[in-house]
Order: sequence, then C-alpha cells, then structure tokens
Amino acid sequence: MVLIHHLLVQIVQMALVVALAPLLTGFVRKVKARLLRRRGASVLQPYRDLTRLLRKEAVVAENASWLFRVAPYLIFAATWVAAAVIPTFATGLIFSWTVDLIAIIGLLGSARFFLALAGMDVGTSFGGIGASREMLIATLAEPAMLLIIFSLALIAGSTQLSTIAAFMTYPQVGLRVSLAVALIAIIMVAIAENARIPIDNPATHLELTMVHEAMVLEYSGRHLAMIELAAMLKLLLYLSMIVCIFVPWNLKGPDAGYAAYFTGFASYLVKLIVGGAMLALFETATAKMRVFRVPQFLGAALMLGLLATLLRFVSRSF
Amino acid sequence: MTSVALMLSCVAALLATVVLAAFIARSRLATPAIYSLSLGISAIAFSTGLVQLSSPAADSPALVLPFGLPWLGAHFRLDPLAAFFLVVVNLGGAFASLYGLGYGRHEHAPHRVLPFFPAFLVGMNLVILSDDAFTFLLSWEFMSLASWALVMAHHRDAGNRRAGYIYIVMASFGTLALLLAFGLLAGPDGAYGFAAMRAAQHTPFTTGLVFVLLMLGAGSKAGLVPLHVWLPLAHPAAPSHVSALMSGVMTKVAVYGVIRVLFDLVGTPAWWSSLVVLLIGGGTAVLGILHALMERDLKRMLAYSTIENIGVVFVGLGLALAFKDAGMELAAALAMTAALFQVLNHSFFKSLLFFGAGAVLTQTGERDLEKLGGLIHRMPVTAFAFLVACVAISALPPFNGFASEWLVFQAILQSPDLPQWALTILVPAVGGLLALSAAVAAACFVRAFGIAFLGQPITEASAGASEADRFSLAAMAILAALCLLAGILPGIVIDALSPVTKLLVGGRMPVQTDVPWLSIVPVAESRSSYNGLLVFLFIGFSAWLSATVIHRFASRALRRAPVWDCGFPGIDATMQYTAGSFAQPARRVFGTLVFRARERVDMPPPGALIPARFELEFHDLVWEGLCLPVAGAVGFVAEKLNHLQFLTIRRYLSLVFLALVLLLLVLALWS
Amino acid sequence: MQGPVYFDIAHMLAGGLVLVSMMMLYQDRLYALLNVFALHSLLLTLSVAWQAFIQGAPHLYVTAAIALIFKVVVIPVALHHMIRKLGIHREIETVVGIGATMLAGIGLVALSIVVMLRVTPEADPLTREDLAFALSVLLLGLLIMVTRRNAVSQVVGFMSLENGLVLAAAGAKGMPLVVEISVAFSILIAFIVIGVFLFRIRERFDTVDVRALDDVRGRRRK
Repeated sequence: MVLIHHLLVQIVQMALVVALAPLLTGFVRKVKARLLRRRGASVLQPYRDLTRLLRKEAVVAENASWLFRVAPYLIFAATWVAAAVIPTFATGLIFSWTVDLIAIIGLLGSARFFLALAGMDVGTSFGGIGASREMLIATLAEPAMLLIIFSLALIAGSTQLSTIAAFMTYPQVGLRVSLAVALIAIIMVAIAENARIPIDNPATHLELTMVHEAMVLEYSGRHLAMIELAAMLKLLLYLSMIVCIFVPWNLKGPDAGYAAYFTGFASYLVKLIVGGAMLALFETATAKMRVFRVPQFLGAALMLGLLATLLRFVSRSF
Repeated sequence: MTSVALMLSCVAALLATVVLAAFIARSRLATPAIYSLSLGISAIAFSTGLVQLSSPAADSPALVLPFGLPWLGAHFRLDPLAAFFLVVVNLGGAFASLYGLGYGRHEHAPHRVLPFFPAFLVGMNLVILSDDAFTFLLSWEFMSLASWALVMAHHRDAGNRRAGYIYIVMASFGTLALLLAFGLLAGPDGAYGFAAMRAAQHTPFTTGLVFVLLMLGAGSKAGLVPLHVWLPLAHPAAPSHVSALMSGVMTKVAVYGVIRVLFDLVGTPAWWSSLVVLLIGGGTAVLGILHALMERDLKRMLAYSTIENIGVVFVGLGLALAFKDAGMELAAALAMTAALFQVLNHSFFKSLLFFGAGAVLTQTGERDLEKLGGLIHRMPVTAFAFLVACVAISALPPFNGFASEWLVFQAILQSPDLPQWALTILVPAVGGLLALSAAVAAACFVRAFGIAFLGQPITEASAGASEADRFSLAAMAILAALCLLAGILPGIVIDALSPVTKLLVGGRMPVQTDVPWLSIVPVAESRSSYNGLLVFLFIGFSAWLSATVIHRFASRALRRAPVWDCGFPGIDATMQYTAGSFAQPARRVFGTLVFRARERVDMPPPGALIPARFELEFHDLVWEGLCLPVAGAVGFVAEKLNHLQFLTIRRYLSLVFLALVLLLLVLALWS
Repeated sequence: MQGPVYFDIAHMLAGGLVLVSMMMLYQDRLYALLNVFALHSLLLTLSVAWQAFIQGAPHLYVTAAIALIFKVVVIPVALHHMIRKLGIHREIETVVGIGATMLAGIGLVALSIVVMLRVTPEADPLTREDLAFALSVLLLGLLIMVTRRNAVSQVVGFMSLENGLVLAAAGAKGMPLVVEISVAFSILIAFIVIGVFLFRIRERFDTVDVRALDDVRGRRRK
C-alpha cells in the first residue's frame, strides 16, 4: 500500500512536469510580451503549438539516417527522466535515489549529445554551426555546474537533491557567501543551458545568433514537437532545481497526506510563477551577447563555481 | 596446477605462437592461424585471471623459475592486483585477436605484424606476473620492443619512422628511470625481489626519489603530460588492432607499474606525492582532450583521448594516495575503485573506438576526418558500435564511462576530511578540471562521430565504403555490449574490485550487490546513489512510450523531402561543417591560451582578384618548450663527446686510467 | 551583540565585497567598471556600518559615512566626468585575457583564505573571516592594477585595494578614528594627484595607456 502510494506520487510528478512545462514557457513569453507592452499570445499557446506539430506529418530530409528519427525521442526521454526526480512538491520520491545531481547533469549531457548529433546528421552548415556552438557552451557550462554541485555537496554532505533540500531548511545553514555565489553561478548556467537571452534568443531564427534553433532547423512535425517539449522541460527542470535547492520551503516528505501535497503543490506553483516572472524581467532588460562573449560569461560562472567551493571554508561549520 | 603456473603456460604458448608465426608468416593461412591461437590463449588467460580475482581464497600463489639473475631466479606471483590487470590485458588481447582475424586480411605486410603481435601480449602478461625487479624490467623492455616493432610495421611511411624513433627514445628513457627507481628500492644489497622491497624500510628521501623516477618512467609509458609526446605519434602508426592494444591495454600496464610501486612496494609515500599525482592527472586530462578536440586525424585523436583517460585514472590514484595517507580507508577504497574501474572501462571503449577507426580505415583508406562523412549509411553496424563507444567515453549515463567518472566525483567529495589544507582546497579544483575534460570529451566525440559518420560523404572513398567483415563486427558488437553492461551493472564490477582495494589501501567499498534494485551506494544512501540499470530502463521506456503514444494517437506520417536548410538552394556535400570549423570556437576559447593558436584572415577587398587566405598558427608548447630543447641539449653534448672518438691510443688509456682512479676514490671516500 | 544572524549578515557583506572585486576583474568597459566600483564601495559602507552596529562602535559610522560620500559618490562621479572630458577609449585593455585574470583572482582568494585561517586559529571567527575577505579584496585590487593598461582602471584598482584595507580595519576592533580619517584623506590626496597626473599624461601622449610611459623611459635609456 505504501509502495503504491509512493509510486503514485512518482507518477504524478512525472505527469506534472510534462504538463507544466509548456505552461511555464507560455507564461514567460506572456510576461515578456506584457513588459514590452504587447498583448502577447495566450499562456496556453505552447500547448496549441505542440498539438498542432504532433498532428502534422513529419518531413525528413532524404539523406537523414535512423539517428535523426530516433534522437528526438531519446532527447525527450533523457530530459524527462532527469526532470522526474527533481523534488517539485515532494521530496524523497521513490526513484529519486536512481540519479543524484551529478547524474541529472549527466542525463542532460546525454540529451545534448544526441541533439548535437541530430543537428549534424543531415549535413548542413547550419546544423554544424549549431552543434559546434552548443558543445562549446556545454564545455564551460557543465564544469561550472559540477563545481556548483561540489560546493553544495561539500556543504550539505550529499549529492542527493532530497537530502540537500532537507539540509537547506535547517536553521543552522544560515546565510552563506558560498551559497550566494553558487546561486549566482547556477542562474548563469541555467540561462546558458536553456538558450535564453543573453546567450541565445529563443524567439529568433536569425542564423548568425542562433544556437539551439540552428540544430533543430531540419526537424518538423512530431519530431520537432518532442524536441520543443524537451527544451520546455529543461527550463522547468532548471527552475525547479534552483527553487528546490535555494527555496526549499514547503516541500512535503514521502509519506505526507494528500492535503499536504496540495499545499506543497500550490507553493511550488507560486515559486514557478515568481521564478518565471524574474526570468522574463531579466530577459527583457538584457541584450543578447556576441557568440564569442559567451565563453567569458560562462567562464565567469565557472570561476564563481570555483569561488563557491573555496568560500565554503570561511563559513561557520557545525 | 596453480593459477600462476597456468598463466605462465599461457605465456609459453604465446611464445610458441611467436615462433610459429616467424616460420609461417608468409603463408596464406598464417593470419587466421596466429590470431585464432592468440584469441584462444588470451581467452584462457582471461578466465584464469577472472577466477583468481573472484576466488574468495586469493592466497597469491607464487612461483620461482630458474631464469634471470642466477642468485635470484625469476619470481612470478598472482595477487588480486595482478589478476585484475591480467583480466584487462587478456580481454583486450582476446578482442584484438578476434578483430585481427578479419582486419589482418587487409594487411599488406602480415609478416611484419604476425610474429610481434603475440610477442607484445607475452610482454604485457609477463610485466604483470613478475614478482622481482629484474623480471619486471626485462618484460617491460620486451613489451616496449615488441610494440616498437609493431609501430614500425608500416615503416615505408616517413611519419611512422619518425613515430618509431621518438617512441624508442622515450621508451628507453622510461626504462632507464624505472631501472634507477628499482635500484633505489633494492638498496645496496641488491634485494631485487618484490617481497624484499616490500619488507624493507625506505627513508623518505628514497621514497621521494623513487616517486619522481616512477612518474618519469611509468608515467611516460602511460602518457602523462609532459611526457606524452610519443603517444599520439606511435599509437596511431601501428595497425588498428595494435593501436587498440597499445592505447587500451599497454597504457594500463604502465598504470599497473605505478600502482605496484606506489601502493605496494614503497610503503607510504609522503602526502605531497598525492598532490603531484592529482595535479599532473588533472592537467593531463584537460590537455589531452583539448589536443584531441583540435586533431583531425581520427586515430591520433583517439590517442590524445587516451591521454585524457589516463589523466582521469591518475586523479583517482592521487585521491587514493591522499586518503590512504590520511588513514581514510573507505574513501581510499572508493578512489582506488574509481581509478581501476576507469582502467577497465577505458580498455573497453578505447579498443572499440580503435576497432571502429580501423574498420573505417580499411573501408575508405582515410584517417583524415575532413575526408570522411555519411558512413552511417554505408557501415550501419560499425557506426552504431562507434556511437556507443562515443557516448561511453564522453562519460554520459547510462554507459560505463559515466559510472567510473561518477565514482571519481564521489571520491572528490570525500576530500573535506583530509588533514592538509592544500589538498582540501585543490581537490575540488581538480574535480573542476575533470568536469571540464569530460565536457570537452563530449564535444570532441560529437565532432568525431558527427563528421565521420553523419552528414554527407565528401570524398569518393567515403561514398563507396561498405560494411566491415564479420570478425571485426563481432569484436565491436561484444565490446559495445560490455560498455553498456558495465554501465548498468557497476555494482558487480565494484564488488569484483574489492580484493584489489583491500590489498592496496587496506579497505574496501561496501558490498554493492546487496543494495536493492542493483544501485551503487559508495558511502551511504543519503549521501549519494546511482542506478544505471534503472536509468537505462527509464530512458528506454520513456522513449518507447512517447514514440508509441504519438504514433498511435497523433501522427505517423513521414515524408522524405530535399534538405531544407532555411530554404537555401543547391546544398552540396562540400558546404557541410568540417572538423576544423567544428573545433574553431573551442580553439578560440581554449586554444589561444593552451596552444597559442592564432588565426589570420586576409580578405581581399571586393573586386580584387587575389584569393582570400586563412592562416592558422598552432603550437604544441610541450613539444617546443620541453622536447626540442632537451633534444637540442642531447645533440649538443653528443656533438662534443664525438671528439672522444678520434683520440690516440695513449689518450684512451689515460681516460680508462682516470676513470679507474676516480671510481677508487669514490669508493675510498664513500665508506 | 553576537548572534548567528548578525554574524551571517556581516559575513555576507564581506563576502559580497570579494564577489564584487571579482566582478571588477570581469568588466571590460570603463563606465561599467566605475559602476561596479561604486557598488563595491556601497557594500563596504554597509559592511562598515553593520560592524559599527554589532560592535557598538559609533566612530565606525563616521568611517562608513566617509566611504559613502567619497567612494560611492564623489570619486565615481569625478572619474565619470574625467573619462568624458578626456574622451578615453571605453574598452579596457588588459595585459592578459579576462579568463586567465579571473583564474589568478581565484588563486589569490584561495591563498588569502588559507593564509588567514592558518595564522589566526584562535581569533574570533568573525574577525578571522573578515580578515580573510579583506586580504582577498586587497590582493584582487592589486591584481586589477597589475593587469590593466588603462590608467583609469588602475586608479579603480587602487581604490578597491583601499576598500580592502578599510574592511580589515573595521573588522579588527579598536582601530582609532584618527587612523581611519587619515587613511581616507591620504586616499583622497592620492586620488587628486593621480587625477592631475592623468590629465598630464593625456596632454603629453594623447592616450592614458600607461605603455606610453614605458616608451618614454625606453627612449631615454637609449
């Protein structure tokens, strides 16, 4: 019975992340539009886009290989598995010990690996440029993320998200410089990883500035829908991860009742709304960088990650 | 018959194969006969090693044969450490032989390869089996020479001759350093047996000196920066299955040498040696993979990536050394397990990658990435196996490379308890270096696979390729399966490694096969856990589920159409992204600092008839900053000493006389 | 007053100062650098004021006020003015790349943390960490001065170095007010001297790149 309960929570979580991801994207777009004094599309527009894409036939280039057709599902699956174990409204999900934070980054890395390969499959220059730049961004963003994880894990003594979230609610943790630095660094990494402004513009099709869009240029129909959904899922994943680590309030334990889950869910929604609005605000206020400024931005994130692991020594220990 | 005797019989059988090969090398049957024999013998040796490793009463059987130094004899012993490395060596040997059955048919000078292939295996096996310094060094040199002969197999190519020359110089240098190291360990009494060295007390000065010499000797064989220069030249020069052996296995024999001396023979080295190992390991990892990312020769790129993996192994060893010194047995066992696991994994995927590169080479005649492309359509099985290896070596879940890298990271997270400030601060930074190298590895292998196998064929050669032969495919398929298996069931490997860590650092990781759901839990479940099997199943299930649901309820229509490419018309194969252009952003970011890379573009004004020029300047700082000056100095000294060749008899006699007097003086003053 | 929250806030402010010093290393435009410097000084003001509050030392408020007036307002505004008047090229020329500079900066922070924590094992934790942070800020300021060619950014590096000194002084209890004020004024005088000096370089060489001075010295030597 307990097992069924735990399993149910896990399944709800898996469904929840997929269901919420387009909403978050739609919400961010809406807020951005309003900030620019446009009316903007409905927050439900991403759902409409996805269903329309799903129903269309897929047009595949003549010389595309099997990898091109398999990759969207693999990318989606890897991102989904990673998103399914992030504590959103409840900690201690039944499969949360399957992957820890390092493995979550690894799973996102797998997804990116296949995305870059899919971009190169047809053999166009746009696909190649996108893949090349995406991998360059990853070469800096991934170590930055791992250093952030190190600084968190060295403080919390665990790489398990549930444990870290629980640890962060202790009053002894207090305000720590290393955590503040880690927060700044993780936000920088999240912006880069999700191809947001100032790294990449999720709304453009301008060849010279795009990274993510260049890779998926050849995709259409259901394949494109899977990749888009995976990208939305990744945004939700990073936002959930940040709020789970740095604002871990009102996360429910594995054996809570349904009412408790409901309040947990409500506070999760509030956190998402605040986070999404802040992202939209930030994106509206910033201009996109040149591609070769990006390494400097990410290099700074990497340095901040390193600084976070260092500054842990001057925080009070207990 | 004890297992060590069985092992030695295998070695003897391989030696007999060498003799046989020397006689029948020019016959048509030679290739299948020799490789089948090597395959069979390696398989037996592999099983012996595995049985010895997994048998609970691992009582290290020893054997003394009346060869070698007359008062010493040749000692052989099979403890868990040796058993593990024998497993790695013979598994690699068996797969290389299997691959050679097919690949060898394309060899145009089989008599230059066949006798030396089993000899190479003999050398590696003997290094690991030997239990005294004399036998060890003899086998080491035998291994070096056999592999040198294999590097020189295609000696008509000037590049190969140069590679062979640099290799033999570096190998001799390495053996010299090892000779001195063992001489120091043996002490003035000449106690060359490993047992005597283990029992002896070494002063900190001796230990430090032995450590430095060991890093020079075995480190150069393993390919540690800055002694790596020979490796990317020599490994690709050999035939591909030998490249796989050299990269996947011989570097591991060098790692074995380091572990044997550092963890077994010298007692406890000073803590700063762990710092040195860590820093060299981290630097090696990053520099190796950055070189790989810039390289456009497929096999040389793989050789550079070997350097990276050796760096990862040494980071694990350095951590184990630091933890052992601090008395943290559990953490030391974790780090040691991670290093050994990485050794095993690297032998899997690097062999597989070299096999794939060999298949591409025989089918297209090309090693240059820029001239390949679209091979996934012509060589689907090879492409799939190569893809598996690419994912595995990029340390991505659920494959084996991730499992071992994850363990290294977990070991790094144990560092706050270390007593030395320098280590607690530097270990996370080294972790950052490892993470950087893993991320660059992913970029590097996306590039390798994407350029060689995806896209459109650029040259006739790659357009006309066909699938590799059955034997090669079998070897690649089994290795790909092993990459996946070791990735999803890491607990079994970790448990199998426990006798080794118990021997080396006096502790072991918790039993993993008892953990529910076959997860791995290095320390405690609340700290960290990882389950490759479930990750694999979940990804597979989610992908299958989404594909099925979409195909069932949404749409399954598919239309083939010309390439879209933003509506750009007239796309042809030469307009693809090339390997050089793929690496360009990374070259700008990392290359300006690490390689002093400079780009210069001369774009003529509109209307001018001169062509636009792009120049790239690129420096290998190790080669230019270290090797060339040293070579220059050696050349200078040799030039000066050359005069000694033209003296009169009387002067020669006076030289001998002076030397004699000098030695007598030293003897008089010494004691 | 000694409670965990007081400690945490002091700690955050001092740590923030290190972070902003790192931000200065990252800037490559002069105006942005000045703004970050103003932020740096603002954080210093807050930090010193907070120290005044928890140590119950009213003279520290004076130090904070001096920092606020001069370093947050007067000097940045003056430098802005100067840049506009001189029409200086806005990109900062660095001697080595920004990545390498930041890496060196991290190394310096590590060094100062290790040194401070090792030499003061028995001191009050708050003071220890303040000193570690102050030393990092000081070293980072020196690093900025060393790695920048532009004289204005060297001035900023010097000022941020001085901020580190003030942080150390505020952390170590019992620094007399006279010392504080004299330090503040000497800085001001240094600033004026450098300002004059800047105009002079500009008049002479049409640039504020300090390499121009090297050329002069080189010519003399020949």
